[in-house]
Amino acid sequence: MNNNLYSLIGLIAAVCFILALKGLSSPKGARRGNIIGAIGATIATVVVFFYNDPAEGGLKNLPLILIAIVVGVIVGVPAARKVQMTAMPQLVALFNGVGGGAAALVAIVEYLHLGDQASGGEVGATVFTVLVGCISFTGSILTFLKLQELMTTRPVVFPGGRAVIALVLLAVLGAAGWVGVDKGSTSLLVLTVLSLAFGILFVLPVGGADVPIVISLLNAFTGLTVAATGYVLDSTLLLVAGTLVGASGTILTRLMASAMGRPILGILFGAFTATPQAALSAADARPVKSGSPDDVAILLAYARRVVIVPGFGLAVAQAQHTVRELADLLTAKGVEVAYGIHPVAGRMPGHMNVLLAEANVPYEQLKEMEEVNPTFSQTDVALVVGANDVVNPAAKTTPGCPIYGMPILDVDQATNVIFLKRSMRPGFAGIENELLYDPRTTLLFGDAKDSLTKVVSALKVF
Amino acid sequence: MSVIALLSIFVLAVFVGFEVVSKVSTTLHTPLMSGANAIHGVILVGAIIVAGHSDSAFPLTLSLIAVVLATINMVGGFVVTDRMLEMFKGNKKPAAKEAK
Repeated sequence: MNNNLYSLIGLIAAVCFILALKGLSSPKGARRGNIIGAIGATIATVVVFFYNDPAEGGLKNLPLILIAIVVGVIVGVPAARKVQMTAMPQLVALFNGVGGGAAALVAIVEYLHLGDQASGGEVGATVFTVLVGCISFTGSILTFLKLQELMTTRPVVFPGGRAVIALVLLAVLGAAGWVGVDKGSTSLLVLTVLSLAFGILFVLPVGGADVPIVISLLNAFTGLTVAATGYVLDSTLLLVAGTLVGASGTILTRLMASAMGRPILGILFGAFTATPQAALSAADARPVKSGSPDDVAILLAYARRVVIVPGFGLAVAQAQHTVRELADLLTAKGVEVAYGIHPVAGRMPGHMNVLLAEANVPYEQLKEMEEVNPTFSQTDVALVVGANDVVNPAAKTTPGCPIYGMPILDVDQATNVIFLKRSMRPGFAGIENELLYDPRTTLLFGDAKDSLTKVVSALKVF
Repeated sequence: MSVIALLSIFVLAVFVGFEVVSKVSTTLHTPLMSGANAIHGVILVGAIIVAGHSDSAFPLTLSLIAVVLATINMVGGFVVTDRMLEMFKGNKKPAAKEAK
């Protein structure tokens, strides 16, 4: 196959990727878009086998390459098919990490292959890919471990941590410069090891609630490494595909940060400056109004408008289906039901929408924060299921608390607030919620699924 | 290809990327992330090229590992995105359609 035809097919694949992203502008065309993207990727992969590089000739080692692809499919497909929707952030982090690792390996091999013939630009792109690819690899693996709760989700801060990270970063940059001057393999090895270490140090101090931002940032990183590899390998397809991913990761990271009301750098380096929170245990003694499932059912049945605010607790209890049953029951009684979704509900951007879609909640009922907030003053009951931080008024009223400045769902504007909670334990961010002590608030303690089931059966009696 | 040509493609791709992604509805941010993730799995093409040009055991081993990792990234990414998007069916009742 000649060069022009090969490049042309690469262009077709790149267009497929653009269409795949474009399809996501509405849920209707999204699935078809994704399939177009997969077709593009397949075409690009098949075509490369038939391409004769004028300088290198055709590909060698074909049987081994095919075996490696089969191994990848055997590992990847079952993982993708079996994963629980609640575990989606971990899987995305893991896939992102292996992508970053692959990009770094490709850059290393191509660098060794080029040897002294590498141009300044190629060495620069290799250094970038190895550095960022390695950070993305270990950073994503650590993110996976945190989300899978194989290690603590709290920020890991050790004495002098800031100085250590600064020193390692300096060493990484020094090694990068060394590779640029010496173009040897020892310097590249040093750069690889230091970058891998930096990826770990970079994610360790990030707390559980901020992990989604890190995933999306690392996703952008991996995209850029693929783009840089495209430059080294002279492949327009890799360049375009990597750049698209870099752009999408950057936009998502910015959106996430603004949804949390914090600057990106503040999140990444927040753990270094965070001071331990003053003990809030004194508040535990204050009275709260707890209700029975029947009380909750009565409140809901006589409401005109109910907004359900789901949090990750709902997903942990696997209560998506029960909450939909409740919503259907209320709708049948003539109650207007909507879901108020905070952008960071769940553990990655838009995660809660996926979890509710899994339970067949029509996406038309899922309302974004900007859309639902003005309606809370006309809402009779806000039903908060397994969420806490995203409705905590402290984000508006208490300067200095970790979530201060984060836009929240204004459930405190509703006539009544019902919290379904397992206990009085504060949320992921570890902050007391004043709303729990408000006289208009009713608490129903217990597992979200059990509580909802009881409310549903109480409602059926009416 | 010349550096300038590649740079032009890069800059244009940045604009296309920002343009397309900023229109993605927030409801679909998770599939967007996993879909974009699958797209960077196209590094598989690069991994196949370097594996196919390897003459000795060490670079071949490294590049075959890259092929495995990139395949997991690409195939797994598209499959899981498809699984998610399949669930966003929306309200299928005919009444809802008329309301629009």
